[in-house]
Amino acid sequence: MPAGINAIDFYYLLPEIVLTAGALAVLVADVLLPRGSRALAWITVAVLGATLASLLPFADTDVEVANGLIAVDRFALFFKVVFLVSAIMTVLMSVRYLEIEEVSPGEYFFLVLCATLGMMIMAGGIDLITSFIGLETMAVSFYILTGFIKPNQRSNEAAVKYFLLGAFSLGILLYGMSLLYGLSGSTNLHVMASVFAGQARDPLLVLAVILVVSGMAFKIAAVPFHMWAPDVYEGAPTPITAFLSVGSKAAAFAMILRIFVEGLPSMTSDWQLLFEALAIVTMTVGNVAALTQSNLKRMLAYSSIAHAGYLLIGVVAGTPLGVSAMLIYLLIYTFMQLGAFTVIVMMRRADVVGDELKDFSGLHVRHPVAAFAMLLFMLSLGGIPPTAGFMGKFWLFRAAIESGYVGLAVVGVLNSAVSLYYYLRLVVFMYLKKETTGSEPTASPALALTLAVAVAATLVLGVYPRVLFEVAEKSAQTLGLGGAAAP
Amino acid sequence: MGEAIAFYIIAGFILIFAVLVVTAKEAVHSVVFLVIDFLFVAALYASLGAEFLAIIQILVYAGGIVVLYLFVVMLVNLKRPPEAYADPHRRTTLGFALSAAMLLEIGVIASYGYVKPAPALAAVAAPVTGNTEEVGWLLYTSYLIPFEIASMLLLVAMIGAIVLAKREL
Repeated sequence: MPAGINAIDFYYLLPEIVLTAGALAVLVADVLLPRGSRALAWITVAVLGATLASLLPFADTDVEVANGLIAVDRFALFFKVVFLVSAIMTVLMSVRYLEIEEVSPGEYFFLVLCATLGMMIMAGGIDLITSFIGLETMAVSFYILTGFIKPNQRSNEAAVKYFLLGAFSLGILLYGMSLLYGLSGSTNLHVMASVFAGQARDPLLVLAVILVVSGMAFKIAAVPFHMWAPDVYEGAPTPITAFLSVGSKAAAFAMILRIFVEGLPSMTSDWQLLFEALAIVTMTVGNVAALTQSNLKRMLAYSSIAHAGYLLIGVVAGTPLGVSAMLIYLLIYTFMQLGAFTVIVMMRRADVVGDELKDFSGLHVRHPVAAFAMLLFMLSLGGIPPTAGFMGKFWLFRAAIESGYVGLAVVGVLNSAVSLYYYLRLVVFMYLKKETTGSEPTASPALALTLAVAVAATLVLGVYPRVLFEVAEKSAQTLGLGGAAAP
Repeated sequence: MGEAIAFYIIAGFILIFAVLVVTAKEAVHSVVFLVIDFLFVAALYASLGAEFLAIIQILVYAGGIVVLYLFVVMLVNLKRPPEAYADPHRRTTLGFALSAAMLLEIGVIASYGYVKPAPALAAVAAPVTGNTEEVGWLLYTSYLIPFEIASMLLLVAMIGAIVLAKREL
């Protein structure tokens, strides 16, 4: 008879409980507060802050709770911090944007909190059931958030596309998961790893791996499962695009690492091969497609596809070094991507959308600070020192070379060179174009704060990355890497 | 032996009705065939001793979801001929070729698994008593946490439906 769960399990789930209670509190506060009050955003930020604080007691724990359904370890902790920070920045970005778009903030903030909850469950889940429910909670929240601007047809179209393709890919993922369960007799990843450890290579298991890889590749928008990304990123409300490209991607990577590194170390050579092919195609197609985009949100969508390709290098390397490089890159990517989207949100005025490339022409005359911040984020995304993006790429490629994937590193470097073209084209528009046709960007205090944090992080992590490296290395070690050393 | 015969008969009916769902000209006929298909799947579950799944299958799929389908069929105008929906970008041949290749691949893998069964398939002892109690017991003990998260998931879906369907917020 399986054991029940103990009171102590709830102690370890404190951050999730705080977040859930906070989300429900936001829903109630929406009814109680007067219409148009900005207090709701600050309550949401407070909830996220409280969740962040409640992570503190678990800074050094490494346990499995609730009968081995959820792991509370440093690996999960690192991801939870990434999710919470990006959620806070998303909420800050949204305050004025929601007023311009005239949507009610209550349900919006509730869904942002629920998406964060789903991500946290995904990062901790070491059982297919937990991971799957976390994934669903996150995905359903995002489907709704994408279509939140109801009068906007683009937003509706994006939501429907995302929902249909998401549901379909989820089916594929579930096929894979059910095969894994059928072959191992358990949904727990650690039990699964030990069952598969002694077995000969089973073709059914290969099929399961292929299906799970396909399902997860959709979530990180890896080519050829990326078709939804540009349309969804363009149509969704801009802060949600930012959150989608950062939080949802990071959560999916956490789940990939859990499933493949912890659950399927015996199939390493198979999934490494698959991810290697995906990484090469994803980097190349993402960067080449981004070259011709004139809409900034679309361009950043393709750029984020390319970044998923870079991150896959870390999965392929599979060593603690590769995983820690991924963690470093994910955190850095969070700040530079959210920063770039903050500038786009600043451009949004009552009458101007401001996400076309031409809206940015001559920006440095109209708003030098915004232009400079954007310059910094573009350089960082392109991987130019002394920004943080360079450090992130440097570690990823180093991990690839040390694990013997020199070719992968070469493709990555070549792709970074290609990507500079479209990142710098925006810089040319901002600094060298004479006509200043676009809107006047304006900053609310919340937007200014987000921008300041993103700029500071992009610079500080680029110049003094040591602390982050140490933390990431420690976090990567807690992931069960025993059986997944490089071949 | 009897079990195997029952399985193949039920499986055969599932396939026949699945094909009928796709080929039926009238949308309402499709839905009716789908209900029959779901009932046969429920019978399959019952014959495997999973009576809880069988009941859920009838309540949720044959009951709830099909009612939803019928609403859609009633509300959406499906009277136009299929040609009106034709997409010039559709590559039917390529689609068929790819799915045929995929089917072949899965078939090969499945037949390999049949010839050489997987070594250590966890033999689950069939519960002597009904498994409804078993499922309920597991759900509220071992799997309490995912169960609780699922309640949040449902709340999200509910609020999402209200947000998207309401005219003015």
